[in-house]
Amino acid sequence: MMEYLELGHIGLIIGFLLILVGFWGVLTQKNIIKIIVGFSILNTGINILMVSLGYVKGKTAPIIDAAVAQGEGHDVSQSIVDPVPQALVLTAIVIGFGITALMLAYAMKLYNAKKTLEINKFNDLKW
Amino acid sequence: MNNEFVFVGIAIVVGIISIVLSLVAIHNKKLSVAIIAAGIVSLFASVLYLLMAAPDVAMTEASIGSGLSTLIFFYVLNKIKRSDA
Amino acid sequence: MLKNILVALVLSVMAYMFYNAYSSYETRTELTGMSHHFASKGAEEVGAANLVTSIIVTYRGFDTLGEVTILFLTASIISFFLKLKSGDKEKIIRRDTSELLVTASQLLIPIIFMFGIYVFMNGHLTPGGGFQGGAIIATGVALMIMANPNISLNHNVIHWVESISGVSFVIIGVLGIFLAGGFLDNRMFSLGEFGDFFSAGAIPIIYSFVGLKVGAELSNILNKYQKSQKEI
Repeated sequence: MMEYLELGHIGLIIGFLLILVGFWGVLTQKNIIKIIVGFSILNTGINILMVSLGYVKGKTAPIIDAAVAQGEGHDVSQSIVDPVPQALVLTAIVIGFGITALMLAYAMKLYNAKKTLEINKFNDLKW
Repeated sequence: MNNEFVFVGIAIVVGIISIVLSLVAIHNKKLSVAIIAAGIVSLFASVLYLLMAAPDVAMTEASIGSGLSTLIFFYVLNKIKRSDA
Repeated sequence: MLKNILVALVLSVMAYMFYNAYSSYETRTELTGMSHHFASKGAEEVGAANLVTSIIVTYRGFDTLGEVTILFLTASIISFFLKLKSGDKEKIIRRDTSELLVTASQLLIPIIFMFGIYVFMNGHLTPGGGFQGGAIIATGVALMIMANPNISLNHNVIHWVESISGVSFVIIGVLGIFLAGGFLDNRMFSLGEFGDFFSAGAIPIIYSFVGLKVGAELSNILNKYQKSQKEI
């Protein structure tokens, strides 16, 4: 059992569950701020998922120092985890902050228009 | 190998806490509780990145995801509460 | 009622897909393809100890340029949304700030700024880099705003820092076409001794500009949110 549960698997499970919880929040909540909280949890889940897909069992961080360079057969690629998903996630976190800030600014604008945050009250385009 | 075992244990604990907190964030009626819970989920995610050998991502998540995001959520909440009264 | 059934249906389909993806997953034991090339050749081709930095700044440098542009657009749209209407008087916030916060901020702000600059100058050697350093600088600005709610950050300084670092980023990228292999190639300067502070060609310079630009943009967003509190 314990050999089956590796760090990569745990990251995958947490990522999937956070995505489901965030998606549930986005679909069921009525308050706009709660919907944005759901989006932010969804974002965190996707980032955890991507980092755990790049995890290689028992390897260290992709920073070349003396210990890594002197590893098995002087081949760096034998002793580090995958750096590409990490670079992607780093970009995605910063963009995620920008999107959250944009959604919050829009929520503030909507609140100023109708003095409420209930999403069911915004039915101007409904017919 | 022993090290890996400890990491797996910490990751399981952190994962259970963060999933419970995410459910709290969605389910709780109070907005401030929801925002704080989402911020703590972000902070535990950064611990998880550190365990999965991604220190760069952990730094970014800790400063942006759990610091600045929570701050701007509270700016909006404060604005909305104040014009209620 | 119908809505609840639909939500449950969507979530269970997603959970089924995730379960299938999970059951066919095996932890990787080695790097393959592109990652293997980056890991084994990255040190001699780029000369940066931190491989994530070498991917962000050099191999995928064009993406970073696009990302900084997206952040700039976000900051501009937010300042458009949160603009005070002309004729609205700015209200003075009479919130009591605690003595501890004010005193501690005077002590801490220079240290936080220095730490941010350290993080993005050493992005090619240690974990960290432009985005993290910029975010740390923005947290310093946030502390400044918290301690003194009526402070007015100088708009021109933020805009000039942002524009100059953005333009310099592009100019260095174009210089790479003439002096080295292509856009944003870092070998226009000598790669230097591996692991030194002055090494990895243009990476420390490019990452410093990225850090300044990200810090200015995030501070701009925070400043806009603070300004919106003053609206009546």
